[in-house]
This record gives sequence, C-alpha cells and structure tokens, in this order.
Amino acid sequence: MQEPILVLAEHLKGELADITFEMLGAARKLADQLKAPLYTAVFGKDVAPLTSQLGVADSVFVLDHPQLDMPSADVAAGLLKKLVEQKGVSLVLIGGTNVSAGIGPRLSFRLNLPFVNFCRNIRVENGSTIFTSQLFGGKILSDVRLPENRGVVSVYPGSFAADAGRSDKKPSVEKVDLPVEETKIVFKRYIEPEAGDIDITKQDILISIGRGIVSADNIAMVEELARALGGAVCASRPVIDQGWLPLSRQVGKSGMTVKPKLYMSFGVSGAPEHVEGMKDAGLIISVNTDPNAPIFGVSHYGVCADLFDVLPALVEKIKTH
Amino acid sequence: MDIFVLLKMVPDVVEELVIGENGKSLDPQMLRVKLSDPDEHALEQAILLKEKHKGTVTVVAMEAPEVDEILFTAFAKGADNAVKLTGDWTGIQAPSIARLFASYFSSANRQLGSQALVLLGSQAIDDLEGEVAPYLAELLGVPYIGVVTGIRLDEENKKIMVMKEFAGGLRGEFELPLPAVLGVQAAEKPPRYVPVAKVRSVMKSSHVETLEVPPPEGIAGLSIDRLFTPEAAGKAEMLEGAPEEASARIVEILAERGLLGR
Ligand SMILES: Cc1cc2nc3c(=O)[nH]c(=O)nc-3n(C[C@H](O)[C@H](O)[C@H](O)COP(=O)(O)OP(=O)(O)OC[C@H]3O[C@@H](n4cnc5c(N)ncnc54)[C@H](O)[C@@H]3O)c2cc1C
Repeated sequence: MQEPILVLAEHLKGELADITFEMLGAARKLADQLKAPLYTAVFGKDVAPLTSQLGVADSVFVLDHPQLDMPSADVAAGLLKKLVEQKGVSLVLIGGTNVSAGIGPRLSFRLNLPFVNFCRNIRVENGSTIFTSQLFGGKILSDVRLPENRGVVSVYPGSFAADAGRSDKKPSVEKVDLPVEETKIVFKRYIEPEAGDIDITKQDILISIGRGIVSADNIAMVEELARALGGAVCASRPVIDQGWLPLSRQVGKSGMTVKPKLYMSFGVSGAPEHVEGMKDAGLIISVNTDPNAPIFGVSHYGVCADLFDVLPALVEKIKTH
Repeated sequence: MDIFVLLKMVPDVVEELVIGENGKSLDPQMLRVKLSDPDEHALEQAILLKEKHKGTVTVVAMEAPEVDEILFTAFAKGADNAVKLTGDWTGIQAPSIARLFASYFSSANRQLGSQALVLLGSQAIDDLEGEVAPYLAELLGVPYIGVVTGIRLDEENKKIMVMKEFAGGLRGEFELPLPAVLGVQAAEKPPRYVPVAKVRSVMKSSHVETLEVPPPEGIAGLSIDRLFTPEAAGKAEMLEGAPEEASARIVEILAERGLLGR
C-alpha cells in the first residue's frame, strides 16, 4: 500500500473552486490504483460548512481559524508541511491557480521534495506514477516521474473532469489543531471587477481578438463586425495588457468566463488560459493563419487565413445578406 | 527604494520548438530565446515605481544568448545597474535558479536592506519545477506574493500595498513590509518601447557587471521521461477557399442558427 495522497481544497469567497473537484476526481482514481488513502485539507476562515461537499476523499482535515482569511502562501505551506508530516502523506496536489500560486514551491522547499508544475494528466505504469505536464504554453508535453512517488504536484485547471470529484457521500471529517504561524502579509480587501462599459458575460455574440490584431488601430474593423452582428468585442490577455481594451473585456483564466451563443475569434492562438474562459460557447468559429493553432481544437469551424482579409469580406457578406 | 529585477530568458514559442535527440529537452541548436513576458512586466513595474518614488533599479539576469541586449535595453528604459550571472547551468530549474539569484544577495555589500523590493515574473512557460519567486522568498526569508498586477508604496517607504489577481476579474489587496519578493503578472502599464538607437547609445555609456556563480547542488528534482508534442485536437471543420468564400459559408452557418439580423 502506498502512503496517503493529500489534496489541498481551494476555495474563494466561501465557495469551493472547481479545481478542488478536478483534483479530487483525479486523485481518487490514482489513490484507488495505488491502494492509497485519499485525504483532503481545508484551511480558512468559516470553512467548516464546505467539508460536506468533500465526500470523495476518505478523510477531510479541516482547520477553521479567524486568522486564515485568505492565508498567504507561506502560512498555507507551513500548515501543509505539518499535516504531511503528521499523517505520513507522500503526494500533495495543489491547484495551479492564481489563488494557490506559490504554495507548492514553498512546500516543496520545506519538505525537500520535488515539485511538478502544470500537471495535465496522471497515470500509473508498473506501480510508478507518471505525470504529464505542459510546457511552453502547451506547445510541448512532458512525462515526468517523482522519485519514490513522493512530491508536490500543481494541477493545471481544466485538465480533469470536476464531476468525478463530486459526491453525496458524507465525508469523515476531522478537525485538526495546527498552530497558525504569524505572517507579515495582511489581506486587506477584495476588489471587484470594474463594471465595464459592457458585461461580456451577458452577451449572446462575442467577437474575440488576440495578438494577431497587431495594433489598437485595427480594432475599429472588429467593432464594425460586432455591430453588424449585434455583439460585443472581447479579447485575449495580450490585447488587454497592451491597454487596447479594458480589463472587463478579457476572456480566460484571469478574466471572464463567457458562454455566448456565438464566439468568433480572430488571431487568438487558443492558449489553455484563454480556452478555459470560452470553451463552452454554443458555436465557436476561429480565424487564424496557423493551421496548427490550438484554438482550432476547440472550435466548431475554422478558417485558416489572414484575419485582415476575412474581416472586411465577412462584414460585406453580412451587410448584403 | 532599492528595486531588484531578476530576469530569465525562455524559448520563443513563436518559433517551432524542436525536441532534441535525447528526447528530454529542446534541441539547443534550434532554439531561439526571448525575455520571459512576465519578467518584462516586472521590469516595467520597477521603472514605474522608480519614476514615482525615486530609488534605484538593478537588473540581474542569468547568462543566455542575447541577454546583453536585454540588459542594455533595461538601461535604456531607466535601470541604474545591470548584472549578468555567468556559469554552466544547462537544464537548470526554478529551485536552482532561485539559489543562483539568492547567492547574488548573499555577498556582504548586497544584502537585502529595509528598502529592498525584489521583482520577478510571476511565472515562466518553462517553470516545470515551479516558479522562481516563492523559492527565492524561502531562501531569503522574506514575504512573497505572486500574480501581482499593481504595487503602491506607503509614505514612509516601509510598507507596500500589493494588488493580486484571482479570477474572473476579481483581485485582492494585500499589505506587507519591505524587504519582499513579488511575482509580477502584469505591470500597471504596458511595457514601454525604447528605440534601438537609444539602446545603442546606452551600450557605449553603461557597463554590465558580471558575476560568476557555480551551479547549486543537491536539490531534489524530478526525472523527465520524455518530451513530446501534443496531438492536434483537430475538432474544427475547416472552411476552405478564398476569404470571400469562407465568409459566405460563415454567413450561411450563422443564418441557419438564427444568429443573423439580431
Ligand atoms: C496566470 C496566467 C493567467 C492568464 N490569463 C489569461 C486570460 O485570462 N486570458 C487570456 O487570453 N490569456 C491569459 N493568459 C495568457 C495565455 O497564456 C496566452 O499567452 C494568451 O492567451 C495568448 O494570447 P493570444 O492568443 O492573443 O496571443 P498569441 O498566443 O501570440 O497568438 C496570436 C495568434 O494570432 C495568429 N495570427 C497572427 N497574425 C494573424 C493574422 N494576420 N491573421 C490571423 N491570425 C493571425 C497567430 O497564428 C497566433 O496563433 C494567462 C497566462 C497566465 C500565465
């Protein structure tokens, strides 16, 4: 029997995040294959009510503490280290999200165990666990192993089905009493997204642009198409980071999750962080000069062409329809 | 404020990435590198802070092809000092990179003072064994926050207010004392552009310090079985023909689904 596997449950503003269930589903399968117990830990303020949703795990360890409102990475890593040592855990799964950023490396440092980043798949071969990580923004995958199957793994969001991690089973919950370290980092407040000029999460039709648009001056052409279709313009991160459109128009991991009836993209490569925010749109049509652009993998229809040729032709065809 | 920006080069994914003969790393012969995007934002954020609060900006980079140009560009943007760490470190990963940078701060005249702020890119596309910033924070024993998109300094230059990105446009504000290590996701403004002519003239007047650092040893690492390219999902039906033809097909598809004339 293998030593226990531990999933760090992630939550934000009183709700468990999808990544928690993705990790639980993947870890359940792995634990069954390795005949290892599956544990999950929830740290935070007022988190005890969340434990009822964690029945996929064999044991839930909860630490509900007023000082753990949005704990910093060093505090979380400190708690995890103690739990790992107390319970003899061999493998820790942590969300590869903004919320959990930095916990994994700090934990791996303190345990002197290796860290696997960007994990997109886990499988067992001859008793040894193989993790598939994405590199270079998803252009390359890498199969890696941990010596003695021991280490800390950061799970890339969207890699596993969240449903496999949900269960109505009543979990076995244990309150743990771990000392909460002092930290110099004080969480002050949440800053809600600015109500932008347009709420892209409420639009039926979105025209999305990426780095392929090249300059802010070209956005007028896209706006013309959006007007012709009665939709709004949204964008990938580089367009927002350049300041060409407001943050409220960003689609993806750190932007908005959208589910319009139509999502048309122009010059968007389809990085996992972008796809996360738009993959459930009803109809996805993408224009890109690169036939191998990953965006075509999530699109219903694709056009391999220069967006500056397609845009005017399309506006013309819509107007004359 | 004494701001340090730590830079690293990463494979340029605009180029095709070729896996080397060993099957475990990219072919160095076929590799083009560029400054990691978030590192460029870290540098921009440093310059913005200097413009607002005075102080110095020191950039420290790991040796790599074309890194000198990056360092001189940093001078042209407003950096005051540039340091190049040299050594042999093929295939080096974050836990070791953090030690290289930490060794820069370990010599007597470079210890982190009460005004020191260390900025790095929040993450890089080749961070297989984790991000450098949190490891460095562990080594230096200072607070760390990642995915930072804004930094403000209080009047007494002792504390900083940091904006961290969560998801869905939600952000959080945190307060922490200096010295600190921050992983920058995006600067408050897009990275500035400097004309090549300015970089050239800076090359004549500025000096890049070099510092040899031996590769760190004895760090628990993972083992790579192989690298491979993902299979194209190939889900989309491709609309062939000239832009006009493809556009006509799109209009048909939209019309069939009642998505026109809204
Ligand atoms: C923590 C974190 C959070 C992130 N959050 C987000 C997020 O919320 N949203 C997001 O989008 N990204 C996010 N990213 C960034 C993401 O990893 C990618 O870098 C980004 O999505 C790439 O944007 P892009 O597709 O516009 O640019 P690129 O990847 O540079 O792609 C440009 C595309 O345009 C095509 N192209 C170029 N010229 C033309 C032309 N003339 N005609 C047609 N096609 C053309 C190219 O073939 C290419 O495919 C995040 C990254 C990190 C690390």
